[in-house]
Amino acid sequence: MNTAEPFAELPVAPKPPLRRFHQARWDEPMIFELSRPGRRGVAVPEPGAPRVELPESVRRAEPPKLPELAQPHVVRHYLRLSQENLGNDLNIDVGQGTCTMKYSPKVNDRFAAAVAELHPLQHEDTVQGVLEIYWRMERMLAEISGMSRVSLQPASGSAAIYANIAMIRAYHAARGETHRDQVITTIFSHPSNAACAKVAGFEVITLMPDADGLPDIEALRAAVGPRTAALMITNPEDTGIFNPRIREFVDLVHEAGGLACYDQANANGILGITRARDAGFDLCHFNLHKTFSTPHSCGGPAAGACGVSADLAPFLPGPVVVFDGSAYRLETPERSIGKVRPFLGVTQNIVRAYAWIMSLGAEGLRQVAETAALNNNYLMRKIIAIPGASAPWGTRRIEQARYSWQELAEETGVHSEEIGVRAADFGVHYWTSHHPYLVPEPFTLEPTESYSMEDLDEYAAILAHVADEARRDPEMVKGAPYNQSVHKIDPSPLDDPKAWAPTWRAYVRKHLS
Amino acid sequence: MSAGVSVGLVVNPVAGLGGAAGLKGSDGAEVQRAALARGATPRAGERAERAVRALLARRPGTRLVTAPGPMGEHSARAAGAPHDLVRSTAGPHSAGTPADSLGSGAGAPTTARDTREAVLAMAGVDLLLFAGGDGTARDVLDAVRELRERGERVPPVLGIPAGVKVYSGCFAVSPAAAGFLAAAYLSGASGVSGPALAEAEVVDLDEDRYRQGLVSPVLYGAVLVPAAPAALSGRKAGSSGTAPGTVEGIAREVVSRMRPGVRHVLGPGATTRAVGRELGLATTLLGVDVVERAERDGRDGHGERDGGGRLVAADVSEEELSALVAGRETVLVLSVIGGQGFVLGRGNQQVSPRVLRAVLGDTPGARADGRLLVLATQQKLAALGGRPLLADSGDEDLDRMLAGHVQVITGHHESTIYRISAASEELNG
Repeated sequence: MNTAEPFAELPVAPKPPLRRFHQARWDEPMIFELSRPGRRGVAVPEPGAPRVELPESVRRAEPPKLPELAQPHVVRHYLRLSQENLGNDLNIDVGQGTCTMKYSPKVNDRFAAAVAELHPLQHEDTVQGVLEIYWRMERMLAEISGMSRVSLQPASGSAAIYANIAMIRAYHAARGETHRDQVITTIFSHPSNAACAKVAGFEVITLMPDADGLPDIEALRAAVGPRTAALMITNPEDTGIFNPRIREFVDLVHEAGGLACYDQANANGILGITRARDAGFDLCHFNLHKTFSTPHSCGGPAAGACGVSADLAPFLPGPVVVFDGSAYRLETPERSIGKVRPFLGVTQNIVRAYAWIMSLGAEGLRQVAETAALNNNYLMRKIIAIPGASAPWGTRRIEQARYSWQELAEETGVHSEEIGVRAADFGVHYWTSHHPYLVPEPFTLEPTESYSMEDLDEYAAILAHVADEARRDPEMVKGAPYNQSVHKIDPSPLDDPKAWAPTWRAYVRKHLS
Repeated sequence: MSAGVSVGLVVNPVAGLGGAAGLKGSDGAEVQRAALARGATPRAGERAERAVRALLARRPGTRLVTAPGPMGEHSARAAGAPHDLVRSTAGPHSAGTPADSLGSGAGAPTTARDTREAVLAMAGVDLLLFAGGDGTARDVLDAVRELRERGERVPPVLGIPAGVKVYSGCFAVSPAAAGFLAAAYLSGASGVSGPALAEAEVVDLDEDRYRQGLVSPVLYGAVLVPAAPAALSGRKAGSSGTAPGTVEGIAREVVSRMRPGVRHVLGPGATTRAVGRELGLATTLLGVDVVERAERDGRDGHGERDGGGRLVAADVSEEELSALVAGRETVLVLSVIGGQGFVLGRGNQQVSPRVLRAVLGDTPGARADGRLLVLATQQKLAALGGRPLLADSGDEDLDRMLAGHVQVITGHHESTIYRISAASEELNG
């Protein structure tokens, strides 16, 4: 018997099927805790200009409490943090279903850097180039959606949705129809629709899925009426199922005098295939950081876009860029709802998205959608083959799918969230923010066009391994993660206003003083 | 460690017997005999054992307090759990069913009385697990009520699904899930946040009607169960809508829609009781109550201030209700009873065809104009899996008139439009 393994003779052993991943763990303090008085990264020269006396009202009584560090400590700090992360450039990031995590080409960052030194208050005449980018970007999104005009001002998808509901409110008010106080949405639409409508003062009516997983059109028929302000709907919904009767939904709302607003957070699988306006929608929005490859910057400057029909164009947030054939100017639409963020928009992200679309062209965009849908249906076949995993409603999906570990959880007591955490020991993850929890033990995977077949095979193999582990050794899964920077945390402070601290200042106030 | 914590275990060994035999239930000695004759084997003990194994996997060494023989002892022993036996009262109360045919060591078959007496003997436990179906849950509820009347400590309970009918809210989704949830609860009970409990409704079907194809769940009461964070899978859900706060949101919405002088009929259930609570009224869980919103108190200058409510009549009969709504503008406020989506005709028979016609009139579409408010959490609607709500008022013409879509209030300024069908058509069709 030959005891030697064939690879024993190789200088480097082949890799095992599952990655022996281990995340860095630096135990890094907060940057404020690293601060030492007087330490500097740059010795700023004395200004040569004469001193200006500022009025008392705008002068600080004391300097801002910024961290004081030397350059190497700053570099080290942020590199360490970046190593404790599972960012889009590190992992097979298909587990953040509905977020459309795709590769953002690095070259686009160089274009973005080119506009970094523009000042938002520069005169129009001196920024014709960037205004042209805004104008051309608007025209491209108008072409993609079929809408007349597009605002690029919102700094996020939800800000765009809020701008849309604000325009809907203004539109009805302008027609003397302020009694329209109900917004209809569906349970599997992006939850920001219900949230924004509620924040804007509307009553929210939610349609539940029928037995096929599609919103019940008869329920819509019963829901519409003189109080209907709008339908705010995502399609495909967060299940990945495309509603083929969407035109009928729109028509029903129009017949009742309401507006139809298309949430295109899930547009990645329909680019170049369907258009919002062609289905009769009056408004739509895009998340540029999802579909058009700009950084997500969660909570920070992402970028959103609102598209509207000609009837709603006067209500767009302002200013918008207009072109008279020779020059680009800024203009605030006649009945504008006002600004939804300062200045024009998140210019660097507009530039990135513009570069991304220009590099692909119309055919390329369609290929993005087709590849995303192909990847998703390939992955779906692999996932539902894992014992204990299922995809409710079973039908073919567009660009993402919401799955369930219900069977596995009932057998083993291991929950979806725990499986996602254990997967992080192999260098991937998924999140389980799937409010409301209609699908039990949910997880949503969205393999965009960025992932190769090997990537998808690896991801599915990791989930299959963890599901198998849940049967063999559930305590192992529940004890995870083992190879991560941070192990178990107590999430309860995140739900407690007295304990949560989104800033260092709040942390000091609530916990250290 | 599990020192000092004890878990009661009561198994209804005949639960589930009728299911496999196609008898749609196991209540009563006749049915049990028939089931055994059809070759049914008891499964409740095995399911209890699976739950205990899951509990021990999470909390090794957890001590059980259980009843002798097939009522728990066998399951505890099979799972390897340390256990104490409660004093046997009079032994199983045989109802005259064939004792030996229940399988190896099953001993004499047990009755509802055995379940109740076992629970009564376990008053001191930290959590009571029981294996059975809705019938068993009712027996447990009866015993819990008796403990409460005696002023004894009432443990929270958790059902291990082992019966044919498992529609009550007090059951875990599977035997293993019951064990895991029990372990999580016991760990939480010793933690800083303290144990989280929730009220769960106990419903049961009338088996005779069920066998005729007429499903008939009736609400019998509510018990305290460990809140199930696990079933919600993750903290995001905890802060966003599936939390107990939802019922309060529904109640707030109902009260905000109430106009003074309009009678509101509150059907049975925990959700409608929350409406009473929002009005500052002690309305009943099982009965039908009639309330009105008091005139708004405008003293502070803005009309939003809630002036509370007035209890017109509590726990009314059909006769009384009919008199109270006659010739008065009235709104019916009903919740969804049990896991099958019944809105009318289950536990609220007081809301009779006569009452319905008086309130809604004879015109189709009356449901849509605010005279019928249906209350349910989104979670409860989700559990229907796309099946419609059901009306079985006792008058099929009326049920057909009600059929269509109804607005269901799911929270404050939140609702859904959901299909409601005549039960006769939906169940026989």
